[in-house]
Amino acid sequence: MTTSILAAAMVAAMAGSAYAIDVKIGILNDRSGIYADLSGEGSVLAAQMAVEDFGAADKDINVEIIAADHQNKPDVASTIARQWYDEEGVHAIFDVPTSSAALAVNEVTREKDRIFINSGAGSADLTGSQCSPNTIHWTYDTWALANGTGTAMVETGADTWFFLTADYAFGHALETDTAAVVEAAGGQVLGTVRHPFPGQDFSSYLLQAQSSGAKVIGLANAGGDTVNAIKQASEFGITQAGQSLAALLMFITDVHALGLETAQGLVLTESFYWDLNEGTREWSERFAERNGGDMPSMVHAGVYASVLHYLKAIESTQSVEAGPVMEAMKSTPTSDPLFGEGEVRADGRKIHDMYLFRVKAPDQSQGPWDYYELGYTIPAANAFRPLDQGGCDLVQ
Amino acid sequence: MSDHTMTGRPAAQRATRPLAIPPLHLAIFAGLLAFFAVAPFFLYPVFLMKVMCFVLFACAFNLLLGYGGLLSFGHAAFFGSASYVSAHAAKVWGLSPELCVLMGSGTAALLGLVIGSLAIRRQGIYFAMVTLAFAQMVYFISLQAPFTGGEDGIQAVPRNRLFGIINLSSDMALYGFVFVIVFAGLFLIYRVIHSPFGQVLKAIRENEARSVSLGYQVNRYKLAVFVISATLAGTAGATKALVFQLASLTDVHWAMSGEVVLMALLGGMHTVFGPIVGAAIIVTMQTISPASAPGLQCCRA
Repeated sequence: MTTSILAAAMVAAMAGSAYAIDVKIGILNDRSGIYADLSGEGSVLAAQMAVEDFGAADKDINVEIIAADHQNKPDVASTIARQWYDEEGVHAIFDVPTSSAALAVNEVTREKDRIFINSGAGSADLTGSQCSPNTIHWTYDTWALANGTGTAMVETGADTWFFLTADYAFGHALETDTAAVVEAAGGQVLGTVRHPFPGQDFSSYLLQAQSSGAKVIGLANAGGDTVNAIKQASEFGITQAGQSLAALLMFITDVHALGLETAQGLVLTESFYWDLNEGTREWSERFAERNGGDMPSMVHAGVYASVLHYLKAIESTQSVEAGPVMEAMKSTPTSDPLFGEGEVRADGRKIHDMYLFRVKAPDQSQGPWDYYELGYTIPAANAFRPLDQGGCDLVQ
Repeated sequence: MSDHTMTGRPAAQRATRPLAIPPLHLAIFAGLLAFFAVAPFFLYPVFLMKVMCFVLFACAFNLLLGYGGLLSFGHAAFFGSASYVSAHAAKVWGLSPELCVLMGSGTAALLGLVIGSLAIRRQGIYFAMVTLAFAQMVYFISLQAPFTGGEDGIQAVPRNRLFGIINLSSDMALYGFVFVIVFAGLFLIYRVIHSPFGQVLKAIRENEARSVSLGYQVNRYKLAVFVISATLAGTAGATKALVFQLASLTDVHWAMSGEVVLMALLGGMHTVFGPIVGAAIIVTMQTISPASAPGLQCCRA
């Protein structure tokens, strides 16, 4: 189960062991299914790079990284997490895309009093109703995506919306959150259409959205549904006709898979893009070199930054116990080249800027992975759900 | 059901006692009991509990397929709905584990009665499709119903106290609970197969028209075995929810129905103990080398 990978950083063979601190971290994610591209092996590489860049071996810290595939099934994730904590002596688990799997690992981690730093999953409940003193949610959450896309679009003048919503709890939540943000910013929701989940044929819904005359069509769905809707919208020429298509949950790997021809004009929110600034470019190029040329997703970036912050906390506390390390991670401001300066809030939410991107047209793109132009920066202070609105017990 | 058709058996059979447990089966049972009694000291208990839950699920399914000759492609409906009910009962109503499992099994039995009474009117591929259709309905209800938590599932299910006294929060205590449930279930299945009822089932499987001509009310037998199978599948699902402390859409997804067919076929569907091996192989493969077996896990939309 454990594709055991010894971090290249620990040149243990030469040093002959005898480190002051031994740390074992587990990367638990999807290595074979739909999220394998945006997390998968890339997250393991990101963690390895964090260990190397931190210079763990020089600081007398021995880091071992193990990885496993949870197949997006919460019961598999729960079994592996338990076994890692009980038998393998894992101190912290990273990544874990798929909300149901992440919530399962969240509970196991709370019970075993270890550390869970999530990068891949979207559920805002991780720092809301299900929040735990042992969990940090690093990269993004659905609230931040809805808020980012909603606010930023209205700010830039796109103030009338029409929602295409997947008809189940997740889709409804995404739509409700976004609609609230749009209306609070002075925008207007002209209508909503719900499609069955999973959906195949979106043409009638898209035509309805097109004829509504709304400036933005919000896609409150995920995965295959979003991809299908975007493909069909491109056949109808919706974005070329002047309406904006806003995907509320989408990653750069999805854009890569769709191609610019299809995805052009799409608007989405992410917390990281490789071509943002000097720091992100330098790291991403090193990453791509070791990842077969593929640029990192924001999930990979989140794993890198969170492992780095975790190791810093271990260095300062000289401990691997969950209590002191979590306290150090929350009390020390975060700083890394990918997300800049930030903090980990009392409820476990990591705070940083979010960005609204628009996907480039094929003729604007300089080459592979040159996909986004920055539309709007949502400052860290407004990017995430306010502390008192999540319903987290830790901050009541 | 009249007594005559359910329990009547020729006097000649009774004389040779074909329904007694042969020594080989006794030995296998004893071996299994011994293995699962000792194993938690060497292997990870949560993994073994998962294996046991799927062993019961696969054997319950095999009772229907291997002995009733009915290929259901919707057994995830019973497994999953029972796990939701059990998780809900433990979390929201705070019931003790044995009641949760009973409620889960009861739900599966009722669902089995409804689905079974409609599905057994068709045979072969049509039977499989009808069960699949009902299972998909259960899946979509689970996706939409407020108490199931949509795609997040029911998380953080407490294990509570057995009979209100024994604390099951340690893995070893829970292991004992699961051990008793699963082996009771397996023994029940074994007895059903080797009862006069089971003999009639085999007769129906081999030649339905002939069974009718012998005076058996074929549909009643089919319905009875369908309900028994659904109930035990539900027992497995309800127990699994307590082991993992969660109930999710994975358990009601059609891929789960497919997995249990695979377990039964891999072990050998006309055998009593085959599905045990099949279930153990599949669960072990899922856990030990998830990355290298992409064909076995299935696509979540």
